Amino acid sequence: MARTAAGNSRTLPWLRLATAAAFLFAPTAAGSQARAVPAASASPPDDGQWVMPAKNYASTRYSALSQINRQNVTKLKPVVNVATGHKRGHEAAPLVVGSTMYIVTPFPNNVFALDLTKPGAPVKWAFKPRPRRAAQGVACCDIVNRGAAYANGRIFFNTLDGQTIALDAATGKEVWRTLLGNINKGETITMAPLVADGKVLVGNSGGEFGVRGWLTALDAGSGRIVWKAYSTGPDKDVLIGPAFKPFYPMDQGKDLGVKSWPPDQWKIGGGTVWGWISYDPKLKMVYYGTGNPGPWNPEQRPGDNKWTTGIFARDIATGQARWFYQSSPHDLYDHDDINESILLDMPVNGRVRPVLVRPGRNGFMYVIDRVTGQVYSADPYGFINSAKGVDLRTGRLIPVKEKEPKMGRVIRNICPAAPGAKDWNPSAFSPRTGLLYVPHINLCMDMGTMEANYIAGTPYIGADVKMYAGPGGHRGVFTAWDPVRRRKAFEIKEDLPLWSGALATAGDLVFYGTMDGWLKAIDAASGKLLWRIRLASGIIGQPVSYRGPDGRQYIAVMSGVGGWAGAIVSAGLDPRDPTAALGFVNAVRDLPGRTKAEGRLYVFALPRR
Amino acid sequence: MSSRFRAVSAALIAMVALPSCDRETRENRGKPLPESVPGIVGDPRAAEYEGNAFHIAQGQRYYVWMNCNGCHAHGGGGMGPPLMDAEWRYGGSMEQIVDTIREGRPNGMPSFDQKLSEQQMWQLAAFVRTLSAQPRQDALPGRADEMSNIEPRTLDERRPVERTSPAADQARPR
Repeated sequence: MARTAAGNSRTLPWLRLATAAAFLFAPTAAGSQARAVPAASASPPDDGQWVMPAKNYASTRYSALSQINRQNVTKLKPVVNVATGHKRGHEAAPLVVGSTMYIVTPFPNNVFALDLTKPGAPVKWAFKPRPRRAAQGVACCDIVNRGAAYANGRIFFNTLDGQTIALDAATGKEVWRTLLGNINKGETITMAPLVADGKVLVGNSGGEFGVRGWLTALDAGSGRIVWKAYSTGPDKDVLIGPAFKPFYPMDQGKDLGVKSWPPDQWKIGGGTVWGWISYDPKLKMVYYGTGNPGPWNPEQRPGDNKWTTGIFARDIATGQARWFYQSSPHDLYDHDDINESILLDMPVNGRVRPVLVRPGRNGFMYVIDRVTGQVYSADPYGFINSAKGVDLRTGRLIPVKEKEPKMGRVIRNICPAAPGAKDWNPSAFSPRTGLLYVPHINLCMDMGTMEANYIAGTPYIGADVKMYAGPGGHRGVFTAWDPVRRRKAFEIKEDLPLWSGALATAGDLVFYGTMDGWLKAIDAASGKLLWRIRLASGIIGQPVSYRGPDGRQYIAVMSGVGGWAGAIVSAGLDPRDPTAALGFVNAVRDLPGRTKAEGRLYVFALPRR
Repeated sequence: MSSRFRAVSAALIAMVALPSCDRETRENRGKPLPESVPGIVGDPRAAEYEGNAFHIAQGQRYYVWMNCNGCHAHGGGGMGPPLMDAEWRYGGSMEQIVDTIREGRPNGMPSFDQKLSEQQMWQLAAFVRTLSAQPRQDALPGRADEMSNIEPRTLDERRPVERTSPAADQARPR
């Protein structure tokens, strides 16, 4: 049914033929491995801990624990239920290292270590970084934080006002802090850092403020900057050198980060790095997406706007770019490309390839070779009418002319809306089913553009947006996607937009939360709802699973509605204005009546036998 | 040391010392505060700008030009608080709104001092007031600086259209 959603294969008949031909004549390796598996070097055997939000470098968000399974999940009961003391959006994943759990709250980004050996998980230590209050005014879409990361006895996290801080995991004492962002320019940090190869990788937020995006690597020992790669500007700033070999001609050339912009526009051109990073330890390459170009109004920035809304592969030691693929050249709709990349090895046209799979904001499920950057397939997984498909020969997205924003006019019924077919909230992959579990949204929008003035520290958008439910009337979708067969295995329609992450377990369960506070467990094979519980506030956090000090399996999640989708509740916005929260308020006007602002940590377990 | 030199020195010291006798005046108890702080409430300009058609129209223009809509949308809020409801963190009088625009506020409202003239700030405040207050209909601009709110075609079920202009709100029971 996904195939009928957007006309990918309809508009590119030659493509379908080519694919069919490849299947016919290629040696049938598909028989030996019909299923995708996580990249082995990036997904070591599960030790029962949860040390980074994505679980491992392959970003599978899969727990190999199987005590909680399809038969006994109905007996799952809360064993910990504590208030975090904050009421804005809780997007972070709890971490579990040994017998301690670590959580980061939204602004003011307090960190708590909880002792899991004692009943009720009392606080071992708390750390308050005291970020500057003014940062709240330049945080697009709520003052969230997406989690911390653990490595070598240290907890690393970012503060909204642009600092990266390392703490001693045992004592909570500060080891170092490095200021990276300038809030006076609208630069904040909301992403969770990734620690790999002795470096802490951090990127900035602020794509709605005319910020210039970057990803930087800090030395995990000292906090010193090892390298910093900008998303716009001359090649030397972007760390593009002789090793840079993009697959498609559209991404090849000198100083495209300057030439694909009007003069000097790249200096305020966005391309922030506020999403997820994956790492392949075998290839020593990091993968991450860049955010939208600024301003949203596309007529103010003719050109492809490199290197925004695309994906970079970089050498972790030097930061030098290896390849780049721009999924939305000259982005028209704020379709940031910051979503997660899941590193898999799977058969493509009969041969097992190292790929990364990413559900793009623009609605296409990309399967990209992680060595070369070649796009093997890009299939719609949601309803799309703003693009006809992706031309796999040139790599270019094929936009629909009638849906292009025009200054002074309102273009109606653009699908997907500005948050895309899926926003930041990450998917999970189960090697047992070979399916990718994608929590996402079904929203369309009206968009009116006008000229935006750049004033440092104020929004640089130039667009009025109003969002609403897409075809079907439901606003959220939970999709199980088969990356090998390139189609949906099943989908669950959710009334409210899905803004929580997903968790897959070896008990063949998949967990996710809804914005009205239901935490759900479904059958990983069929999608059947097996268990659910109503929490104090809407769920936009990332569920995780771990083995406790007592050897039992636990499920943990933060509850606390907010984020771009839930700002109407967490920030008390006025639903009479459809353009509030950059247009999201119009799509969730009923939310204040269905949940309330509150921040809590929940842990669930089966009853002791 | 000669006596002449001594005399000159004495004269010089006298010249320096004499004005020093005129000590600065201090009010030990400080000036008593007036009932209301001037410039914060009771500024005569408030009445001049508020409800004035020209000033509101100008303010509406600056509201978009200065990216106010980026944070506060068209009154419903976003990164910044809503301006169309009855809640004001820092006060909702004309004088207080001008003060907020000029000085900024600690939770993220930037200062527009040096970016707008005094008159422009008052005009902007006059427009901001129309978002929540019940302005005279004949003073509101006929021009809309935001997109019209029509029903999207993809919706399956019709929802009531929320009116966004303050003028329309007058008809609603509050």
